[in-house]
Amino acid sequence: MIRVILPPHLRALARVSGEVLLDVQGQATLRSALDALEVSYPMLRGTIRDHSTQQRRPFVRFFACSEDLSQEPPDTPLPHAVASGDEPFLVVGAIAGG
Amino acid sequence: MSRVRVLVGTRKGAFLLSSDGKREKWDVSGPHFAGWEIYHVKGSPADPNRLYASQTSGWFGQIIQRSDDGGKTWFQPGTPPGEPTTAPGGMPKGESNKFVYDTSAASGKPLTTHQFYDGTQHPWEFKRVWHLEPSHSDPDTVFAGVEDAALFRSTDGGISWHELAGLRGHGSGPRWQPGAGGMCLHTIIQDAKNPNRIYIAISAAGAFRTDDGGNTWRPINRGLKSQYIPDPEAEVGHCVHHVAMHPSRPEVLFMQKHWDVMRSDNGGDSWHEVSGDLPSDFGFVIDVHAQEPETIYVVPIKSDGEHFVPDGKLRVYRSRTGGNEWEPLTRGLPQRDCYVNVLRDAMAVDSLDSCGIYFGTTGGQVYASSDAGDSWAPIVRDLPAVLSVEVQTLP
Repeated sequence: MIRVILPPHLRALARVSGEVLLDVQGQATLRSALDALEVSYPMLRGTIRDHSTQQRRPFVRFFACSEDLSQEPPDTPLPHAVASGDEPFLVVGAIAGG
Repeated sequence: MSRVRVLVGTRKGAFLLSSDGKREKWDVSGPHFAGWEIYHVKGSPADPNRLYASQTSGWFGQIIQRSDDGGKTWFQPGTPPGEPTTAPGGMPKGESNKFVYDTSAASGKPLTTHQFYDGTQHPWEFKRVWHLEPSHSDPDTVFAGVEDAALFRSTDGGISWHELAGLRGHGSGPRWQPGAGGMCLHTIIQDAKNPNRIYIAISAAGAFRTDDGGNTWRPINRGLKSQYIPDPEAEVGHCVHHVAMHPSRPEVLFMQKHWDVMRSDNGGDSWHEVSGDLPSDFGFVIDVHAQEPETIYVVPIKSDGEHFVPDGKLRVYRSRTGGNEWEPLTRGLPQRDCYVNVLRDAMAVDSLDSCGIYFGTTGGQVYASSDAGDSWAPIVRDLPAVLSVEVQTLP
């Protein structure tokens, strides 16, 4: 199982209070993890990735194991510690504004 | 006794304000969707328990919320959790926050660029829903006015949306341009007597009308004069801030333009100015008394460079003559040191015998008058900046 930590506004939309656990089929990548997230929580579609292009929204970032994965290609495998559930995958709303 | 429910969208959530017909004591519910910008909340005339809300964020994009119980509970219409995201055959299922511009050949491949701030052509990009207008007759049918300007319609209760592409297909798109708030379609008015006629308005393109249920559109801006555009009397390019209509007289329209308060007596075919003796004819809101089609309301704003009320005084102006002759309404409103704005969708009227008028300010106050504007009292004083105000008159 993959552990995902969502930002507070997306937790509110998904109606969850803590980490989200996802069963990702096959190799765990950015794309497969987000696909699995959106199947379990379809209310999040379009909030993390653009509906049409599937590009990450500009003020959303991805982190895991202290690494910024935001610019990685979508089929990049997630770190082993994330795939094994030892470390969470973080979806973060960027700090923007003053 | 009848009741009223005021639906307030703010920069940081939605609030529902409820009262009986006396409109003296109010229950406040909210914030709903705390922390999100709520551009608009509106109820269905066909089913008052059906509410739609536009929830947006610079981070997470557009969300459509729906309530089927008058705002007690809300949900995002669409696919339930765990179900496949595609229908049999592989087509994506409807998604309530998916607004995709129609570029199909079947719709005439509407033009996909508009004039940008620097004068260059810029592609259409969806940003948010400014205004939701439920159908008069069907709770599941609702129109959405969006930025970049286009009109969408859902016929399944907000689950999926399809552009009425004939509007952008009119051909004048390259001359549309964003106003300071973006290039938004902010006003949608359905003709109460003719379901095929709909009016919309765009900043900064102008007003448009369809007479065939939304398939084809034409600009209705003759008589508008805007000194800030290269051709002040151009067919399109005018910064229309809001339009209002009384349901019993759908040929008569009232418009608050960037500058100028305007009136049309022929469904927008031509306009004439009725700013008259207003202290400033710049403003955003305009609305019509529920029982008196010639009684209209505006809130003058000092200028396009100073978006607050003139002289530090919050004054609603009422004309009982359909324009030109205006009286300030001040009783109960702050008359010193007040520098708020009232945004284009932030005024509404109820339909009780003694007409109620409501408006919200960028300072977070929502004011109500239960006597057609003669006197005012705040319902709430300290909300986030108010973006929109609607009211439902309930049995």
